[in-house]
Amino acid sequence: MVTLAELGVVREVRQDEDTVVVTVTPTYSGCPAMESIRDDIRASLRRAGFGRVDVRTVLAPAWTTDWISESGRRKLAEAGIAPPGPAPRRAAGPVPLALVARPVAVGCPRCGSAVTEVVTPFGATACRELRRCPVCREPFEHMKEI
Amino acid sequence: MAFDDAYSALTDHDDDARWAYGTGFSDPLASVPSSVPADVDGADLSLYCLMLGDDALILSHRLQEWVTRAPELEDELALANIALDLLGQARLLLSRAGVASGASSLAAVEDVLAFGRDAAEFRNVRLAERSDADFACLVGRLLVMVTWRLAAFDRLASSRDPMLAAIAAKGVKELTYHRDYAAQWVVRLGDGTALSHSRMAAAMAELLPLTGELFATHPVEARLAVAGVAVEPVSLRAEFDGVMAQVLEAATLDPVLPGPPVAASGEGAGRDGVHGPELDEILREMQSVARAVPGGVW
Repeated sequence: MVTLAELGVVREVRQDEDTVVVTVTPTYSGCPAMESIRDDIRASLRRAGFGRVDVRTVLAPAWTTDWISESGRRKLAEAGIAPPGPAPRRAAGPVPLALVARPVAVGCPRCGSAVTEVVTPFGATACRELRRCPVCREPFEHMKEI
Repeated sequence: MAFDDAYSALTDHDDDARWAYGTGFSDPLASVPSSVPADVDGADLSLYCLMLGDDALILSHRLQEWVTRAPELEDELALANIALDLLGQARLLLSRAGVASGASSLAAVEDVLAFGRDAAEFRNVRLAERSDADFACLVGRLLVMVTWRLAAFDRLASSRDPMLAAIAAKGVKELTYHRDYAAQWVVRLGDGTALSHSRMAAAMAELLPLTGELFATHPVEARLAVAGVAVEPVSLRAEFDGVMAQVLEAATLDPVLPGPPVAASGEGAGRDGVHGPELDEILREMQSVARAVPGGVW
């Protein structure tokens, strides 16, 4: 299972006297999983014997897929989800407009083929797109770089 | 655990599981340090956050209406995702508006603001509430709205209100691909068949003259811009015009002169709560459950 820490959603865990303080950050502004994430963290810590838990939210700096750890990327690939490449770097000045989709090299998490194609850049959740591998002909999801 | 059982996940929240608003929502800014900078007027900051939050909330609702009606399944996914991002931005901004105005109970403030206000209290620009006659109108309007918003948020990322700055910096990443999506569709339709070209051209010719409201300065914006919290909308004009020119040219569409600036305040201004029947129509649907069963729990 990919953990919240591996996804970079957990930013800090510390003990403040008798309270465990966990700081989390949302992936996308509208991420509907945030409340479940907070509940799961509270429940896990209570099961581990920590009675007093404070889950805090931070918005800055904004989450980036670059925070997903190596083990998180490996587990995503094992689950059939192509992990994100490096997040796009932005030069100074206004945000550039992309009138054609920027090509991103994504390997197939099933057969390892280096070249795959986009089926739809928007998927079942904000963070994923649907792709297809022309070699093994399987569809798969790719976590988008952000 | 939330994902062990789909049915229990709908009801296992011990906090505030009000189905009218989705399951288990609570303050999206839970425990975020929230003080307002000492020299910033809380009432002004609250109104400004409402303006930006209402733009996103109302536009998001209009996008949601296209789910099950879009030309392709892929575009339903795209529109639903963009609507969700905007709804997330709206939640954060409405919560910030509540904090800045000194609301005592923060857990419900976004719900009260979204579902408890009448049309005259909404601060969105009127372009946000417009209904779309066809898909060309939709992508054209989305392009206009998110091009303005991206330019604004990019500047607001250095706002002196740390919360507004954080919301904006996060939103920039999302608005970047919203704008790309809308621009790519405008080009595809404009540079497409004779029929798609004529409908895209008609949509832009109708929309661009309505953009004046986006660039007029409201007194709240003017005061907060001086305080380093807000942006003067007129300062977004060059970037907006540049993006529009780039898209229209690639779409083989005639450059259309945007509308003259109109007053941002007073008669006819969405920022002051003056709206058309289209906002009433949105609110009737969006607020129906919340108003029928106030605070209802299922």
